[in-house]
Amino acid sequence: MARGTAAGPRAVLAYLIRRLFAAAVMLVVIILVVFCIFFLVPKWAGVDPAAAFVGKQADPAAIEAVRQKLGLADPIFVQVWEFFKGIFAGRTYAAGGDVTQCAAPCFGYSFRSEQAIWPVLTDRFPVTLALALGAAVLWLIVGVGAGVLSALKRGSLWDRGAMIVALSGVSLPIYFTAMLSLSAFVYGLKWMDGQYVPLADSFTGWLGGMILPWVTLAFLYAAMYARITRATMLEVLGEDYIRTARAKGLTEPVVIGKHAMRSTMTPILTMFGMDFGALIGGAILTETAFSLPGLGQAVLSAIRNQDLPVILGVTLITSLAVIVANLLVDLLYAVIDPRVRLS
Amino acid sequence: MTELSKSGAAVGEPVKDSSTPSAFLEVRDLKVHFPTDDGLVKSVDGLSFSLEKGKTLGIVGESGSGKSVTSLGIMGLHTAGQYGKRKAQISGEIWLDGTELLSADPDYVRKLRGREMAMIFQDPLSALHPYYTIGQQIVEAYQIHHKVTKKVARRRAVEMLDRVGIPQPDKRVDSYPHEFSGGMRQRAMIAMSLVNNPELLIADEPTTALDVTVQAQILDLIRDLQKEFGSAVIVITHDLGVVAELSDDILVMYGGRCIERGPAEKVFYEPKHPYTWGLLGSMPRLDREQTERLIPVKGSPPSLINLPSGCAFNPRCSYADVPKDNVTRTVRPELAQVGSQHWAACHMTQEQRDRIWTEEIAPKL
Amino acid sequence: MTPSAQSGGATLTKDAAPGETLLKVTGLQKHFPIRKGLLQRQVGAVRAVDGLDFEVKSGETLGVVGESGCGKSTMGRLITRLLEPTAGTVEFEGKDITHLGVSAMRPMRRDVQMIFQDPYSSLNPRHTIGTIVSAPFKLQGVMPEGGIKKEVQRLLSVVGLNPEHYNRYPHEFSGGQRQRIGIARALALNPKMVVADEPVSALDVSIQAQVVNLLDDLQQELGLTYVIIAHDLSVVRHVSDRIAVMYLGKIVELADRDSLYKAPMHPYTKALMSAVPIPDPRRKSAKSERILLQGDVPSPISPPSGCRFHTRCWKATQICTTTEPPLLELKPGQQVACHHPENFADQAPQDTVLLTVAKRAAELVADEVLAESAETSAAVAAEVAETVAPAPAEATSEGDAGDSGDSGDSPAKEK
Repeated sequence: MARGTAAGPRAVLAYLIRRLFAAAVMLVVIILVVFCIFFLVPKWAGVDPAAAFVGKQADPAAIEAVRQKLGLADPIFVQVWEFFKGIFAGRTYAAGGDVTQCAAPCFGYSFRSEQAIWPVLTDRFPVTLALALGAAVLWLIVGVGAGVLSALKRGSLWDRGAMIVALSGVSLPIYFTAMLSLSAFVYGLKWMDGQYVPLADSFTGWLGGMILPWVTLAFLYAAMYARITRATMLEVLGEDYIRTARAKGLTEPVVIGKHAMRSTMTPILTMFGMDFGALIGGAILTETAFSLPGLGQAVLSAIRNQDLPVILGVTLITSLAVIVANLLVDLLYAVIDPRVRLS
Repeated sequence: MTELSKSGAAVGEPVKDSSTPSAFLEVRDLKVHFPTDDGLVKSVDGLSFSLEKGKTLGIVGESGSGKSVTSLGIMGLHTAGQYGKRKAQISGEIWLDGTELLSADPDYVRKLRGREMAMIFQDPLSALHPYYTIGQQIVEAYQIHHKVTKKVARRRAVEMLDRVGIPQPDKRVDSYPHEFSGGMRQRAMIAMSLVNNPELLIADEPTTALDVTVQAQILDLIRDLQKEFGSAVIVITHDLGVVAELSDDILVMYGGRCIERGPAEKVFYEPKHPYTWGLLGSMPRLDREQTERLIPVKGSPPSLINLPSGCAFNPRCSYADVPKDNVTRTVRPELAQVGSQHWAACHMTQEQRDRIWTEEIAPKL
Repeated sequence: MTPSAQSGGATLTKDAAPGETLLKVTGLQKHFPIRKGLLQRQVGAVRAVDGLDFEVKSGETLGVVGESGCGKSTMGRLITRLLEPTAGTVEFEGKDITHLGVSAMRPMRRDVQMIFQDPYSSLNPRHTIGTIVSAPFKLQGVMPEGGIKKEVQRLLSVVGLNPEHYNRYPHEFSGGQRQRIGIARALALNPKMVVADEPVSALDVSIQAQVVNLLDDLQQELGLTYVIIAHDLSVVRHVSDRIAVMYLGKIVELADRDSLYKAPMHPYTKALMSAVPIPDPRRKSAKSERILLQGDVPSPISPPSGCRFHTRCWKATQICTTTEPPLLELKPGQQVACHHPENFADQAPQDTVLLTVAKRAAELVADEVLAESAETSAAVAAEVAETVAPAPAEATSEGDAGDSGDSGDSPAKEK
C-alpha cells in the first residue's frame, strides 16, 4: 500500500515492472497466436501452408523447397521455436543446398519476392508513422478542443454545429472524404499536386503531400474524440470535486483547465493508445487513397499478390505497436491517476 | 419586494430598505429558481435570515426542502455545473459583512469564496479530487488567496492537518484522498475549508456519510474549531440530533421556505409549526423511554414545481381541518413572531397551536 | 402451505409457533478472498463475517447494528443465502440450508425474503409495479386465489399504496412509496422471515417513521419474523426485541433491547450509544457523557489480535491483546464478548493495564464516565457475585485472530 511519498516511488516502480512484465507476456502470446493463424490454421483447414507462402502459381518443386525451408515437417514446437528465434536472433532457411539468410529481427521471408520482410517493413514504416503522428497531433488538438468547448457551451449553436460535423465525421467513410478532398484541393483548386515526396528529398514537398492525408485521417478521429471528450467533460463537470474547486475560489480557467481536464483526459488517453497503436499497423484506406508508400499499402499489395509473409510481418508489427502504445498509456495513467498504482 | 419581506419587517427586522444590515450575514427574500422542461423548480422561494459571527445556525429540512440550494446560493455556486442548461434564477439579497453578494462583481464574489466563506460537503470522497494529494489541494486553496511560496503554503497545510487531528500530518499531507479513511477525509476537508480562516463556514450534511463514532469526532471538531476561530457557521442537515448538538438557532425549511425559526431550545421545546411537530414525532429517540409508535408525517414532500396553494404543508398537515378564523386558505401563511426571537408560519392561532402542542403532541414524544 | 392459503388475508397459519427457533446460525463465516497479480494468487481475505452464533425466534425482531465494515450486510446476505458461507451453518426451521444449491433453495426462498436499502436501485425502472410485485409468483410458479392481479392489488393496499397504481412505473413514486413497493414484493409469497437491510436509511425522517410503523403493523398482522440490519441505533431500538451489536465481523453483544440500552455491557456498545447525537439542545453542553472513540474501525483484512476492539478500547488490558473473549451469557438474556464488561464484574480483574491505551483513552473519556463505570461495575459485581458465578477469564481463544499486531488507530486501511 502506498502511503505518502515514502512508499510512492516504490509503488510506481513496482507498477512499472508489473506492466512491463505483463507486456512481455502479452507479446509472447501474440507471437504464438500469429504463428497459429499463419501456420496451424491453414493446415487444419486443409490448405498447405507452404503453398500459401509461395503464392498462387508456384510449381510443386518450389513448394517443396519452401516446405523444407520453413521446416513444416518438424514437430510444431520446433517450428514455434524457430519462429521465435527468428524474431530475436535471425534464422536460416535451408532446403538442401539452397540456403536463405534472414537477419536478426526476422519477421519472415518473402519467397516470392526473394527478400526478407523486415527491411520492407522498415522502409515503409516511417511513412506510416509520419502519417499517424501528424494526424494524431491534429485530431487531439481539434477533437479534444472542440469537445471541451462543446461541453462548456452545451446546447449552444457552436455545440450543435460541432456535434453535427462530428457525427458526419464519424459516419462518412474515409475513402469518401479522401476522394472528396483530393478532388477539391488537388484536382479542383490545384493547391497541391497530391504526390508523396520523401522527407529526405524535400521538406516542403513532403509537407504538401502529407497535409491532405493528415487532415482526412484526423477528421475521422477528431470527430470521435470530440464526442467522447464532450461526454466525459460533461460528466466530470458534474462531479463534487469540481464544485469543491469552485468553492475554494479558484478561477474558472483553473477549475476547467486543471481540475476537470485531468479527469477528462483519462478515458481519452486509453482510447488514444488503442487507436494510435492500430494506426501504426497502417492506415490502409488513407494510404491507398493518397498513394502513400506505407505499411497499409504494403499489406494491400501483399493481399493482392498473395504474399503471405508480408501480411504476417505487418500483423506482427501492428500487434507490437498496440502493445507498446498500451504500455505507454498504462504508464501515463499511473502518473495521472494515483489510484492506479495500487491496483 | 414580496410578502415575505413585509412580514420580516413586521417581526422587527428592517428588511424593507436595502440598507447595510448590522448582522454579519443577512439573507433577505432569497429565491433560487431552476427552469426545467417540466416547469420552474422553486428550490428556494423567499428565505430570510441573519447570522452573527461566532454563532451557529442549523438549517433542517428533508430532501428537496431547498436547504442545500440555499447554501450554494450564498456561496454563489448555484449555477455551477449548469453548462448549457437554462440558467438558475436568483433574486433577493445576501449581505456578507456589509457587502451585497448578488449584485456584486462575480469575480469579487469568487475572491470571497474560500477566503471569507468556505464550505464543507457531505461526501468527502467525492468532494476531494482523486488525482491530487491532500496537501496539493490544501496548498492550492491557500495560494489562491495568499501570495506565498509553495513551501510556506505547505507548512500551513501541515499545520491545519495537525489542527484537525490527523496523525503524522507531515507525512499524511502527501497522501491521496483514497488513502484516507472516511473520517480522516472529512477532517482533511475541514482543514482545507478553514485554511484561510473564513468568517463564514457552511457545512452541508457534514457527517451524513460517516459512521456514528466518527460522526461524534467530527461534530466535536467542528464545535471546537468554531470556538477557536469564532466564525459564523451554518450547518445543513436532516438529522435533528446533529442540529441540536451544534446550533444556537434553528431554521426549519419546507418546500423552499422557512416555516419555523428560532433559538434551538425554543424550536425543540416549544415548536410552533405542525411540520416541526411532525419531525420531532417521526424520530425514534435514544434519550427517551421507548415509545410504542412513531408519529409520522403523512404523505410525501411536495413537488417544487407545483407547490400546493396556500400553506405548502397543508396536504400533509394533521391539523389542516382545525377551524381557522379570518384566514383564506389559499393564502400562504407568513412568518409571524411567536415568541422572543421565534417565528413560525402557520394559519392556526397561537392559542390553538399551544393547546395542540401541550395536549396532543408533547405527551407522546 | 398451499398457495390458496396465501390469499386468505391477514390471519395465516404459521409452521413455527411464536417463540420457537426459526433461524439458527452457528460459527458463520464469510471471507472474501483478495487476489492479486497475474496469477490471481490469493494474498489475503476480507473477513467480513468471522464467526457468528445466534438464533432468531419466530415472531421476534432481531436488530443488528454496527458501523460500516462490521459485516452486518454480509450477514444478511448469508442468512438469506444470497451468499454462500465460507464456514459455519445456517439452519432454517431445523433444516440445514448452508450449502443448498439454487434449485434446492427455491422452496426456501418463499419463506425468507429480503428488503433492500435503496428503493431507487432495487426496482427495475422498466417494469410496472404490478410486474415487480407479481414477479415472485411467476418465479415460484404460484397462482394465488383470485388471480395474480387481484393479489398484487391486495398487497399494494396492505402496504398503503393505491391498488389503482398497478400499472405505474417506479419513477412515478417517491422514495417512501418505492420502499413500500419493495415491501409488497417481499410479502407476496407470505414469507415467515423478512431480512431488511437498512430499510429506512435512504428515506427522509418523516417518511422513515411511516415505513417503520408499516413494518410494525405488518409484523403484528402477519406474525412475521424480522431481522433488521441498520446503522441507526435509535431506529434499531425502536423496532427490535433483541439486538446484536457487531464489530469487525463479530457479535460483541447480543441482548434484549431494554437490557442493552439501559445497561450495555460491552464498551463498544456503550461508546456507540453515547456517540449518537441527542436531539436535545439542553444536553449540548453535556459533553462529558460522550465516549469519544479514537480513530476508525480497523480493516477486516487484518483485524487486531485478541479482542478486536482492544485498539480503541479504554478498558483494554494485556489479555485483550492476546485472547479473544468468547460471547457468554453473563446476565440472563444478555450475551457479551468482553474481558472487562461494563455494568458487571470484571472477567479478568488482575490483568496488566496497558499503559499506552489507558493513557490515550483517559484523554478521551471524561473522568466522570470512567468513575461512573467503575462504580456501577463494582456495584453490579457485588450484586451478581451472589447469584451468578462469573465465567472464567481464561476463555478459549479461537486462535484465528493471532495474525496481526496492526494497531487499529492507523486510519488508512483500505486498499
